[in-house]
Amino acid sequence: MSAIRFENVWKEYGDHIVLEQITLDVAPRAFVALVGPSGCGKTTFLRMLLGEETPTRGQILVNGSPLKAEPDADRGVVFQRYSVFPHLTVLQNVMLGRELQQARVLGHLFGSRRRKVRDEAMALLAEVGLAGHESKYPAALSGGMQQRLALAQAIMCGPKVLLLDEPFGALDPGIRADIHLLMKRLWHETDLTVVMVTHDLAEAFELATRVVAFERHRNRPEERERYGATISRDIEIFPRRVASAIRPAPSAPDGTTRPAGGFNQDGLVHLAKASS
Amino acid sequence: MRLMNVRPGRAASLYLAALPFVLLAVAYFTGSAVRLADNPSDKLLPALSSMIESVRTMAFETDARTGSILMLTDTLSSLVRLLSALAISTALAVVFAIVIGVLPTANALLAPFVSFSSMVPPLALLPILFIVMGLGENSKIALIVIGTLPCIIRDLAMKVLELPREQLIKAQTLGASTWLVSVRVVLPQILPRLIDSLRLQLGPAWLFLIAAEAIASDSGLGYRIFLVRRYLAMDVIIPYVLWITLLAFAMDAGLRLLQRRLFPWFAAVRPA
Repeated sequence: MSAIRFENVWKEYGDHIVLEQITLDVAPRAFVALVGPSGCGKTTFLRMLLGEETPTRGQILVNGSPLKAEPDADRGVVFQRYSVFPHLTVLQNVMLGRELQQARVLGHLFGSRRRKVRDEAMALLAEVGLAGHESKYPAALSGGMQQRLALAQAIMCGPKVLLLDEPFGALDPGIRADIHLLMKRLWHETDLTVVMVTHDLAEAFELATRVVAFERHRNRPEERERYGATISRDIEIFPRRVASAIRPAPSAPDGTTRPAGGFNQDGLVHLAKASS
Repeated sequence: MRLMNVRPGRAASLYLAALPFVLLAVAYFTGSAVRLADNPSDKLLPALSSMIESVRTMAFETDARTGSILMLTDTLSSLVRLLSALAISTALAVVFAIVIGVLPTANALLAPFVSFSSMVPPLALLPILFIVMGLGENSKIALIVIGTLPCIIRDLAMKVLELPREQLIKAQTLGASTWLVSVRVVLPQILPRLIDSLRLQLGPAWLFLIAAEAIASDSGLGYRIFLVRRYLAMDVIIPYVLWITLLAFAMDAGLRLLQRRLFPWFAAVRPA
């Protein structure tokens, strides 16, 4: 659960103003799609949220406290390309996050801890439709499968916020429809606030609870450098989409939480646990 | 059809590859036959038979004076020097390249120095090495390390910097520290590229080895060639040169094989 707040954020590179006066409140569990023409600062916005860039003015708050100035495990990310590691198999890619967090020296787990992470990773891979591909390298997967893998890899660590940078932009329409279904399911079943940058308006309206458009209002050549993009439209999808609540199930003997939305009663139990 | 679009078939490629070798052999043996017909004791272009005879005495008979097989001891002492130098270069280069590539501070500190020092002609340092370290093994190994290390560091550091930014960000969002990014994301992806770099440095490494052995040594392939040069012993020099070439070629092929075996994922991601 994470609420994100942008307070009058500006981003400038030298004399060039990219974004100006961005004030935006993102509710916990929201799915926000950022749309806008190329070069309007959508990706810059996402990079600030990721901690890769810092705002020139203003501040970004997550649950009331300032955002950390570097990427960390609170915010998962899926890029359009290069999101998964080419030197690791599908299974190793999904296990990596846990290994990095639990084995701070070697970055590898052994024995029963490894088996536990491995089992969770296998279950998650089955969940995203990659069962049977565990020992392949990413280069042997199609674009759609690579993005499923990237989603699984990010979600395995239980981030509070998931950032998507045109994640499905390079996929063809059929594959894209399938992965949209997966994305919706993951959003319902895990405890995520999602911010997605996309070129595709249809995709934005299909997935998001809220669509935010960035636009430059002054585009004459002599003005372009000195005026950044601002938020030009902020549309709440109607009828409102609400993420299924994730409640801890008191009856669960092992203390795990269960997705209550009626999606897949057992499949994603470990996800809810990871992120709660 | 344009020449640039003509592609040889499998058999044709094989013949084309063999052609320069055959031409060279034909040219040599014709020249040799002509000179020997003119003067049977000519030493410049020895016949195949006399080269075989020399190889037999050098490689299959113990030397009366030293009691060892000369070509074997030469090969062993050269290989020990070469391989220990390359091992040192490789180990240092991996560490430096990752540090330079991952840490912007280290990059600012070391990159200009490495670029500068890679321009020092290593052979010009050889006298200094001999003066400081003596004429033993250390100075020869040091020459090869100095000659190859900066190039491998530069090459590898560049490869680290070429890793997609997305991967390093992604690893951080998975909770990795600088150390873990280095050992689990950067290092494994650098190793196959290290093999490429090492293959390119084999030539210079042999060059520095032969040069150091020629100047001050009492064994080694380079030492032998320069020793028998005094007697115009082309029948020894030519087989030795062929042998050195074969050794270097085998190392290159071995490294390529190692790369394919150890890093099966690399073929798919390497730029064509």
